[in-house]
Amino acid sequence: MPVATPRRSPPEADDVPVRKLYRSAEGRMLGGVARGLAGHLGLPVVWVRIVFLGLLSVNGLGALLYAAFWFVVPLGLGGTAERYSAFEAGADGGRRLRKPDKGQVVALIALVLGAAIFASKVDVGGWANPYVFPSLLIGVGVVLVWRQADNTRRARWTEGARRSRWLPLARGLAGVALVGTGLTGFVVVNGSAAQLGSVMTAAIAVLAGIALLAGPYLVRMTQDLSEERLMRIRAQERAEVAAHVHDSVLHTLTLIQRNADSAGEVRRLARAQERELRAWLYKPEGTGKDREEEPQTLADAVKKAAAEVEDKHGVPLEVVVVGDCPLDDGLSAQMQAAREAMVNAAKYGGEGGAVQVYAEVEGRTVFVSVRDRGPGFDLDAVPGDRMGVRESIIGRMRRNGGSARLRSVPGGGTEVELEMERAQE
Amino acid sequence: MTEETTGRHVRVVLVDDHRMFRTGVQAEIGQTATTGVEVVGEAADVDQAVTVITATRPEVVLLDVHLPGGGGVEVLRRSAAMMADAENPVRFLALSVSDAAEDVIGVIRGGARGYVTKTITGADLIDSIFRVQDGDAVFSPRLAGFVLDAFASTDAPPADEDMDRLTQREREVLRLIARGYAYKEIAKQLFISVKTVESHVSAVLRKLQLSNRHELTRWATARRLV
Repeated sequence: MPVATPRRSPPEADDVPVRKLYRSAEGRMLGGVARGLAGHLGLPVVWVRIVFLGLLSVNGLGALLYAAFWFVVPLGLGGTAERYSAFEAGADGGRRLRKPDKGQVVALIALVLGAAIFASKVDVGGWANPYVFPSLLIGVGVVLVWRQADNTRRARWTEGARRSRWLPLARGLAGVALVGTGLTGFVVVNGSAAQLGSVMTAAIAVLAGIALLAGPYLVRMTQDLSEERLMRIRAQERAEVAAHVHDSVLHTLTLIQRNADSAGEVRRLARAQERELRAWLYKPEGTGKDREEEPQTLADAVKKAAAEVEDKHGVPLEVVVVGDCPLDDGLSAQMQAAREAMVNAAKYGGEGGAVQVYAEVEGRTVFVSVRDRGPGFDLDAVPGDRMGVRESIIGRMRRNGGSARLRSVPGGGTEVELEMERAQE
Repeated sequence: MTEETTGRHVRVVLVDDHRMFRTGVQAEIGQTATTGVEVVGEAADVDQAVTVITATRPEVVLLDVHLPGGGGVEVLRRSAAMMADAENPVRFLALSVSDAAEDVIGVIRGGARGYVTKTITGADLIDSIFRVQDGDAVFSPRLAGFVLDAFASTDAPPADEDMDRLTQREREVLRLIARGYAYKEIAKQLFISVKTVESHVSAVLRKLQLSNRHELTRWATARRLV
């Protein structure tokens, strides 16, 4: 019998196996290259960093290497535990933009410096000079544009990333301008301005050709990717629904099959399951399951009490709540009285059908009525030693400054009305 | 209310996408000789429903809220002309497993004359069908709760919206419905006739359909339903 309920597997389980080289988004000093490499190779970060520093002294090779990695390897998640977020929680509970990482700025400067050192070291003679500064310009431009791509990628992880539209745009434009200036610099400084026109034409031709060749593939690839992402999200949703149905509904159905000859038990199981599934389906956050703490508001308290009585006594309780308010001491007492009334109704009036529970918050007054359609009874005929109604309901309400009324017609059901003023705020 | 229903006859169409549920309802209420209810057609989706309702012109349609092809609201929208027919209007009673506020308010605003949940007993359902046939509204306790909630917005209403608000009496009636009273019991409690109770309830329904868009929107927004 398939009663075993394996816990649902963590959703990220199938993403893990492929080990790709990513730059680490967490705990990085510059671009996360060292940490990413360390994670990939399984080495301590410090080692990798030392190697990079060592290489830096070799004509600045380390910086170039680092830059190359930074450029080529995508930023990813890995290694450390916490997810990197471009936002931080503000004091008022809201999220605000994290200040630009110091590391990012340092990275840019270091890269430029490294490249400059490298260039000046390599520079043997006057012939290289005209190339150095255009190259640097191009480099900075490319870095700017590409840092931007990096940020969009990260923004995608941190949902609802609302940042200014102008900053990335300005950065992109600056990058393009720098690259453009650098290229022009090459041409002009080298005194080949005369051939500028033909060079440009050739370059444009080449670019256009490449765009024609690669464009369709690129477009197709992006479409496939987004489609695939959509499918994956759908699949995940399905899996979650399936897991929930499996964990709860199938389980209950199995229990019902086993207890088929005990009508009360079947009804109890079915009601409890219905309630849970409803909570899961219709609650905005879908958090019917893990929330077991004490209710904070009247509506929750009434529903919880009714659910417990329903589970315990196997009598359906129909709950209607109008309005809501936070619980205070008086209302808590009222809830206890209401619960006692529900228990009574379920115990003695449950044969007449569902017990109706109605709670209403109107202005400062909270009104609760519990009504059953059982045989009813004569209040005056209840022996004095039966404390249930007298103490738990009427007495408790009176002690806490409320009032309770009981109406019972023999053969016509019983109704308990509880009224309580809310505490002053 | 069996003494009232004997000798009466009502033609009903069942709209529900679950065949098993249709069969169950059919079995429970469909013995025309004893219940007076004749199921003249069934439908499982919106298009089918509109076709069957147009062809058979029943007096009452039992309408599920969640249906393939747009849901119960879509059926109501496309049957608006038949609902408005003065000669023999088609009336809708929503019958749904969902008691989520947006479903309930949605079909009522769409023109359904009542709303009951699928946990209702056969006898109560038959009673509701006849009441709807008479042009009255049928409120389940839960629906009454939703309506009270919708109209109970705290701030004082502008004078010209007074029409849209519930009178004290209507509010009282609704409150008793929400507390699980039957119409007859309400009548006894308030010392009025059952007919008066029914007209109060119909008035509430009308107010819910016609106006109060403003308040309902605010109510729904406050609960993040829209």
